[in-house]
Amino acid sequence: MYRLGIDVGGTNTDAVVMRGKDVLAGIKAPTSEDVTTGVVAAMNGAIAQAGIDRAQISNVMIGTTHFTNAVIERRHLTQVAAIRLGLPATACLPPAVDWPVDLKSVVGNHGYLVRGGYEFDGREISPLDEAELVNIAKEIQIKGLKAAAITCVFGPINADMEIRAKAIIQEHCPGLPVVMSTDIGRIGLLERESAAIMNASLLKLAAKTVDAFGQALSDAGINCPFYITQNDGTLMAAETVKNFPVLTFASGPTNSMRGAAFLTGVKEAIVVDIGGTTTDVGALQHGFPRQAATVVDVGGVRTNFRMPDVFSIGLGGGSLVRERDGVVTVGPQSVGYRIIQEAKVFGGDTLTATDVAVASGKADVGDASKVADINQIVADTAMATITAMLENAVERARVSPDPIPVIAVGGGSILMPDKLGDLDVIRPENFAVANAVGAAIAQISGEVDRVFSLEKTTREDCLAAAEQEATQNAIAAGSIASTIQVIEREDVPLAYLPGNATRIHVKVVGEMGGTND
Amino acid sequence: MTDLTRQLAAFDPTDLWILDHDDIEALEIGSGILGTGGGGNPYVGKLRARQALKEGLQLSILPHQKVHDDALVVSVGGIGAPVVGVERIREGREGLRCIRALEDHLGIHVDVIACEEIGGSNAIEPLLVGAYAGLPVLDCDGMGRAFPEMQMTTYSIYGHSSTPSAMCDVHGNVVIFQHAASEIWHERMARATVVSQGGGSDLASAPMRGSFVKKYGIPNSYTQAIGLGRTVRAAQKAHEDPIAAICKHERGKRLFTGKITDLKRHLLGGFVRGEVMLSGIDAQHGETGQVLIQNENLVFYHDGQMACCVPDLILVLDVDTGEAITTEMLRYGQRVAIVALPCHALLRSPQALAVVGPNAFGFDDITYTPLEEV
Repeated sequence: MYRLGIDVGGTNTDAVVMRGKDVLAGIKAPTSEDVTTGVVAAMNGAIAQAGIDRAQISNVMIGTTHFTNAVIERRHLTQVAAIRLGLPATACLPPAVDWPVDLKSVVGNHGYLVRGGYEFDGREISPLDEAELVNIAKEIQIKGLKAAAITCVFGPINADMEIRAKAIIQEHCPGLPVVMSTDIGRIGLLERESAAIMNASLLKLAAKTVDAFGQALSDAGINCPFYITQNDGTLMAAETVKNFPVLTFASGPTNSMRGAAFLTGVKEAIVVDIGGTTTDVGALQHGFPRQAATVVDVGGVRTNFRMPDVFSIGLGGGSLVRERDGVVTVGPQSVGYRIIQEAKVFGGDTLTATDVAVASGKADVGDASKVADINQIVADTAMATITAMLENAVERARVSPDPIPVIAVGGGSILMPDKLGDLDVIRPENFAVANAVGAAIAQISGEVDRVFSLEKTTREDCLAAAEQEATQNAIAAGSIASTIQVIEREDVPLAYLPGNATRIHVKVVGEMGGTND
Repeated sequence: MTDLTRQLAAFDPTDLWILDHDDIEALEIGSGILGTGGGGNPYVGKLRARQALKEGLQLSILPHQKVHDDALVVSVGGIGAPVVGVERIREGREGLRCIRALEDHLGIHVDVIACEEIGGSNAIEPLLVGAYAGLPVLDCDGMGRAFPEMQMTTYSIYGHSSTPSAMCDVHGNVVIFQHAASEIWHERMARATVVSQGGGSDLASAPMRGSFVKKYGIPNSYTQAIGLGRTVRAAQKAHEDPIAAICKHERGKRLFTGKITDLKRHLLGGFVRGEVMLSGIDAQHGETGQVLIQNENLVFYHDGQMACCVPDLILVLDVDTGEAITTEMLRYGQRVAIVALPCHALLRSPQALAVVGPNAFGFDDITYTPLEEV
């Protein structure tokens, strides 16, 4: 049996066919405007290259930055009613108060504060103001808003008010998708609320995208289950993504870093993934992306997801190279997926980073004669600028003076020199499709998140029981028992509730089984 | 306390330092670090300060020694559990209602606001109250860091009786504590009240004279916190090690670098108590660390040996950004640096150590040793 890993980036769509630990084929195709054309092209290319029977594919794993990019580019987002239950508490800071103005104007400034919410001990701050929710429902219809996000103060300890508020809104706005913050995040009102609002604004795009993926696969004669990778490098069933697109946010960088570790066997390194428009940089520790310690910024908004600590710079193979009055600049604007029409080496007339790499003899792609007339000084200066940008980025990700290697992956990694400062650069075989490999090796998780009573037991026993249950869930979902490890382990005591209650959240991951034969 | 005879102004307006957006950003980072893990999340306070600036209000600071000796100075701050502060955000005017309630009750006009606790959200709370009331905040505080209990201010330690006081919550409840038999009684009653009010209220203490605050306030707290924030930002910008920059700026000691392997937390009477277990990374691979917390980081053990204890400051910092990780944001697997800073001399006297030394927190087996001598 084979696995098919697909990674849809802003510029390229990559596909690999794997059997066990072997990469049988890897293909890059340009990301298409409609996404699926590119997916089908890459997939068919990889299957043909591997020379396998497509009926023998047991699982398809798709990684996509589509939803992240929608937020970053402020595109395809719908306007959302952001309803918060908590008055008179929280009145000083309305929903989305810390969002960038441009994103707020796209998602719409439709914040509603309603009486309701819980104290930390489960008492009501105020009874839920149901009449106000009915008024809001009417306003949602008048404004024609396409989704709502409900966030209740201390919802994570009691979801009842969010559930009730959702029912009221849906009763008056039939069919309106309503996101409950307690399904998305944890304690930390503003961050959880922001994540819920972003999730709501992406629902329409998520449904469309997942259906398109499913259609593309079945059109291509592939009828096995398909999964989409999420932030932590694990898989989500495709249908789940329709409800929780935000959980895919950091899956792109996670996949390329996990792929880089897999392809090189190196567990401590800086991974530099150079795409068409941006370069992602992050550190690998013990073969996993280093996690950001605190809050993570997505498109200028603070969230409290667990995400890899990766940052981006505006440099890629398609970055525009411009010279004015002797000053040469590279990026951040890029021709993106139009590189195969617009870059000079591909017959276009836009000078890109790829063109100067070819002109200075560092790379061999396209037609070198098309860049023969480029001013050598401009080409050399541009290459020096690119090297300096990469050096700065790697220095930023580096946490110790130890000379750990730099792993260069991604289609744009032809821009990477062979040595960066004092650090060696490794270019794994299949470097261009590392992210698709990362998707193909993505793991299966098992999770437990509920309230336990510590009345007749200890915290340690409870955590152990939760861990065992999560492990059983992961095995039931297809994970190999011997590969399972704990990646999240958290207990939040709920004070003053009878029975010494504590909320325990444990997540384990393991490799997907049944595909190593 | 009514003082209608005083003729001189409480301060000279030309002495005021008017804060701008950059100062607020730096204060968020600096007060977070001085919060030693507690004091509430300054991010929420920063957002509120930005809202206040947007509304045209003025956040101003008066140099510590520039207040008139006879001025009536009232310290104000939030009281409650940090986890409540990031989830059940305040209504907004709790602190102003405290000042007004105290003024009504005592028949006075407050001249200047003071800070109880420079660490965490309580650095920004007085500035907001001052902005709403049109009053400046003195450049000093009562802790030089964050502490979990109200009697732990230098104001209380050096003889100020903090009652009558006023406490206000999100709901509009106003409680006056007419008299507490001791500072600890005030803390106990206030704590019981704040739990019933939902774990996050504001409290304004009885007025102090300018002369008293000049002598017993920990000086230049805002200058220090904002300077610290600027130091961290500058190091981040220059891609230098922010931990090293903090140590240099504050005469601090880097005690440990490690990864969180376990953390235990439980709410007890409104406090988060717990411990954080660390295993060393990089040069400290194979070593262990343990931080004991009660809202704040109180004791640090390195391979089982006590390496720093309260009232010296124990900072748990993100190893890469140098920014503080408050106790409620600690997570399994995080990489942190443990840095110790010496506390102000006002906290090291025998009478101060009786209130804020290790024994006051129930660590009977620990004798306070100044950081410089461990």
